Amino acid sequence: MRDEQLIEAIERYLSGEMNADERNAFEQLRRENAESDTRVIEHQQFTGLLKQYGERVELERRLNAIHQEIDVHAIAEEVTVHPSWIVQLWRDHHSKISVAASIAIFAVLATLFFTGYLNNNNSYTELSREVGRLNRSTTDMKKDINAIKKGRVIAAPDKSRGTGFAITSNGLIATSFHVVNGADSIYIQDVSGRSFKAKAIYNDPQSDVSILKVIDTTFRNLGQIPYTFKHSESDLAENVFTFGFPQDSPVYGDGRLTSASGLNGDTLDYEISVPINPGNSGGPLLDSKGNIIGIVRAKETRLEGVHFALKSGYLLNAIKNIPEDSLTKVPVLNTENALAKLTRQQQVKKIKPYVFMVKVY
Amino acid sequence: MSTESKSSIPTDSEIVFGILNNSENAIKRLYVAYFPMVMQLILNNNGTPDDAKDIYQEAIIVLYNKVKKGDFELNSKLKTFIYSVCRRLWLKRLSQMNRYGGDIHDFNDYLPVEDEVEEQGERDIQFTKMQSALQLLGEPCKTIIEDFYIHNRSMQEICESFGYTNADNAKTQKYKCLQRLKKLFFQQK
Repeated sequence: MRDEQLIEAIERYLSGEMNADERNAFEQLRRENAESDTRVIEHQQFTGLLKQYGERVELERRLNAIHQEIDVHAIAEEVTVHPSWIVQLWRDHHSKISVAASIAIFAVLATLFFTGYLNNNNSYTELSREVGRLNRSTTDMKKDINAIKKGRVIAAPDKSRGTGFAITSNGLIATSFHVVNGADSIYIQDVSGRSFKAKAIYNDPQSDVSILKVIDTTFRNLGQIPYTFKHSESDLAENVFTFGFPQDSPVYGDGRLTSASGLNGDTLDYEISVPINPGNSGGPLLDSKGNIIGIVRAKETRLEGVHFALKSGYLLNAIKNIPEDSLTKVPVLNTENALAKLTRQQQVKKIKPYVFMVKVY
Repeated sequence: MSTESKSSIPTDSEIVFGILNNSENAIKRLYVAYFPMVMQLILNNNGTPDDAKDIYQEAIIVLYNKVKKGDFELNSKLKTFIYSVCRRLWLKRLSQMNRYGGDIHDFNDYLPVEDEVEEQGERDIQFTKMQSALQLLGEPCKTIIEDFYIHNRSMQEICESFGYTNADNAKTQKYKCLQRLKKLFFQQK
């Protein structure tokens, strides 16, 4: 029997189109020939699957037709749980928000770090001339190398500079502690350019005061000191001036006493509006009558024109505290003011010889 | 049926008998009645309205086949059965898309329906194979096969509509088509 005929027979058999004789004959064949039996079952399964597939397609078509009639959008609106817009925003964009927030936090921290906000001390620069030192160091090194090549002996350049002023005529000089801090040796230089060796005989790091004593044998008595030292605190808006060595020649600066306390309410200091620069540290701050009212010492880098000076009371304390064995005699401070009635020009001229550049090596 | 009962949710037995009697209306009422429930499940678990449609129709087909086979027992509510199947199907879909976070917001009780879903999945594979085999078969074979085996049209009718001169030619053609379809079907992995 050809395959085509067999299939046709199977189909007729399965659909019940055979008459009784044919049917018996076909069942006989199925029993005897296992192969045809398998073919019957195979065919039955395959056409069954085909039939089911047709039904499925039809059912899906019907369901789709039903679905067309439903207002899907309205149902969706109805069943969606609507969280508040902020929750929605978070759900939709939380990864982006997180990334943005971390970048923002990082940026803020980095900015604070680089601007020095996290380290308050940075805004408070002490005015010794160490600041300019790095800039000079490379040129200095070049010079040194050249000098060595030429076989010359070089005088070591000073490490830092400040200003100091005489408190007694026999060579006691007041300056800021931070100017002479860490010094190997200290020289003072007067306006006419003469240098004298000095040593620190008393340091008060807390109030930033240092008292130097000139130990050079060429040093001559200075004569009557023209200014006096003020014991009480000065009033706000007092007209004040200073005189110091931010550069090689002395520089005068004046302004007003703007606050009775320094940075962050520090009561050691006055706040003053005198224009001062690195190198002014340790210089005298005088009022219009020629009284020493403080020692210039620092500036606020974040604000222009805000500077600080140590109150003279602390200087007087320091003088009092000088250990006796480092002195030949107890220092006697001048009490006669020779400046009170003079003009500012004359005052400055008078105090000039008593103000020194402090050079630290 | 009255218009009133059309709009309300049909009883479970109405639906079961409706399916058994091939009632178009019963399927429609069933479909309309529980679609919002499935929509709620899918939309609130990372799905779209189109996902809801797919999942729901699949579940209806599972129910339809179960009823037709006669092994749907009315010991659980139809609603619960549909919900459970949809839930199961959606979990499966989510894990296939790697979107399943291990947590699903439930809105109903549910039953274990793994077997039904599994069975459906296997049949779906067969049907997909059949669909592509028919596609590859091309015309006129596809129409001849569909008309004869699916739509139960007689050889005589097919012979006329395709303009074959005699029924034997049509039969031979049908036989060849069937053989090719089988080949295409079983070739597929």
